[in-house]
Amino acid sequence: MSPNFRIAFRFLTAKKRAMLMSLSCTVLGVGLFIVTQATTSGFEEFFVKTLLGTDGAMRIEDRIQDTLRSMEVAGSPDFQIRQREGVKYIEGVEEPQVIMDTVRSFANVRGVSAVLRGNVQVSSSFKTEDAQVFGIKLEDHRFVSELERKITTPEGLGKFQESAGSALVGRVLADRLQLTVNESIVINARGESRRYVVAAIYETGVRDIDKTRIYIDLAEARSLLRKPTGATFLQISLHDPKRARQEAAHMEEVLRHSVRPWQEREKEWLSVFRALSVSSAITVTVFTLIASLAMFNTLAMIVLEKTKDIAILRSMGYERRDITRIFLWQAAIVLAIGAIVGGVFGAAVSWGVSLVPLPINTLFKTEHFIVALSPWHFVQAITTAVVMVMIASLVPARRAARLEPGDIVRGTAQ
Amino acid sequence: MSTPLHAVSAAPVGDFALRCSGLQRYLGQGDGRVHVLKGVSFEARRGQVYAIVGPSGCGKSTLLYLLGLLDQPDGGDIEINGQRMSNSDDFARTAARGAHIGFVFQFHFLMLEFTALENVMMPMRKLGRLTAPEMEARARMLLEAVGLGSKTHRLGTQLSGGEQQRVAVARALANQPSIILADEPTGNLDVKNSALVFDLLTRLAKDNGQAVILVTHNPEIAQRCDVTRPMRDGLFV
Ligand SMILES: Nc1ncnc2c1ncn2[C@@H]1O[C@H](COP(=O)(O)OP(=O)(O)OP(=O)(O)O)[C@@H](O)[C@H]1O
Ligand SMILES: [Mg+2]
Repeated sequence: MSPNFRIAFRFLTAKKRAMLMSLSCTVLGVGLFIVTQATTSGFEEFFVKTLLGTDGAMRIEDRIQDTLRSMEVAGSPDFQIRQREGVKYIEGVEEPQVIMDTVRSFANVRGVSAVLRGNVQVSSSFKTEDAQVFGIKLEDHRFVSELERKITTPEGLGKFQESAGSALVGRVLADRLQLTVNESIVINARGESRRYVVAAIYETGVRDIDKTRIYIDLAEARSLLRKPTGATFLQISLHDPKRARQEAAHMEEVLRHSVRPWQEREKEWLSVFRALSVSSAITVTVFTLIASLAMFNTLAMIVLEKTKDIAILRSMGYERRDITRIFLWQAAIVLAIGAIVGGVFGAAVSWGVSLVPLPINTLFKTEHFIVALSPWHFVQAITTAVVMVMIASLVPARRAARLEPGDIVRGTAQ
Repeated sequence: MSTPLHAVSAAPVGDFALRCSGLQRYLGQGDGRVHVLKGVSFEARRGQVYAIVGPSGCGKSTLLYLLGLLDQPDGGDIEINGQRMSNSDDFARTAARGAHIGFVFQFHFLMLEFTALENVMMPMRKLGRLTAPEMEARARMLLEAVGLGSKTHRLGTQLSGGEQQRVAVARALANQPSIILADEPTGNLDVKNSALVFDLLTRLAKDNGQAVILVTHNPEIAQRCDVTRPMRDGLFV
């Protein structure tokens, strides 16, 4: 144990109240940092997870028609981007199978599923509602969405796969139509009505989906909507959804279709979450500043109380830098304990917060506060604490080192 | 007495452990500025005990701080073991304090959060010449020598003023400095302990060739020193 550390430790333990004061500031700072980060990112991550689980990482929608202008400059991507306005889009994907085969060759692609969408009216014996049918092939679609896991009666999925005359209905729509499993509905599209059996009811938690979408088999949808070929869009899931933007740009280039990554699709909501995390970052920063001010204060106080000891130490041959280190050690000890206790405290409070009931059923479905604790939050919190405490302690520590022993013993040190 | 006290005697470099000449020191600021030391010259030989006496406020402590390199003169020279210290930087002065000077303060003696033993070991730990067990043995021996062998583990706060003073004397001797500066080291002590501390200091001076300079108001002690320098109004008379 270095003499400086020994002295620092003794100074600190002799000033229990001051030490507890700065310790609790550090604990609170680290803990609150973790809690805010965990809650903010908890909701955002859950939202992203939900949207990836429902509508996939990206969608291939419209075919890009080569206009004269963009044909001239094909092979010069820079120029093409600038000419975007001049590019024409043709709605839908005309040859889904060809495109899907190409898409599957991308390494990051986990699955791709063709979807045919159409507006319909759906009637139960109780009433009629506007809705949308989504024609899917379940064996493809299970790789691009979590629909399977959102089914409230799992055994219904087998029935859906076996019988073309069955449908998956969203929870909200089912409630409105007062439907239960195995009852039948009539779907009216383009003046023609067909009867389907409700194989299962699903609940994604996203209200807009649960109140409008009816999933039926793709082939059946083609015949119902009278679109024998083509798809409205292709839904794609990725192994690494964070790279969706890059993949989309690349695919657009290769496939000559517009490819929209989830970041673009959900821009509005994502920017709301971004604003939320900025505002919580501001709160945390303000709190950390206050905490480090308190730290500064206690340490400056300890320095004031210890001037005589500083003079004694200096008279015995302790150098200025020893004095600096003695006070930095004190900060470091507080910091180390504060980081550990603060980390535990932050984790405990986050856990407590996750038990707070908070039913949400619009953007996503949850019954409680959502927290996402990640090691990264601890690293961030502790790094911030280290930087703040070291800045806060450097000033008093250096001041202590600058004191002249002669001035101290005469009582004229300031 | 036991040998370790005498063991690591500093090799004499010339005759004088300490010399100063023409020391000037002003204290205070503006209208309160006082010419405290008005050109003090002084030299201390190895193996000699010096007493600085004089009325309160004549500048004895001020002089001792300068000689102990705790303060810097406004004029004049200080030499420690033949090395000029008055113009040297903080680092060199600090190193010289640790290696060559033992200082006993007039008023504040100990670091109160530490035990007597830890206080005495403090300068040794910084100097780092001895191993931890050697340091402890030496500290115990020094505390024994000042009559505190049974109170080595008392905290500073649990010792009387006189006991604190004796621990401070033991601490000043810790690194076997060639110069011991003591500002009224017997000020708070009874006759018996005054004699104990004074005898210890004189014996060290004789056996180890250390120069001992002490400030005292006690005429008996002053009389027993090798040299007595009376001081008045910032000058030796
Ligand atoms: N900060 C200061 N400003 C102005 N004058 C000061 C200051 N500190 C001390 N003095 C003056 O310097 C003079 C010398 O003080 P010093 O402490 O050296 O006296 P001393 O001889 O040690 O006295 P004592 O025997 O009482 O300890 C005194 O007259 C004192 O008033
Ligand atoms: Mg004095």
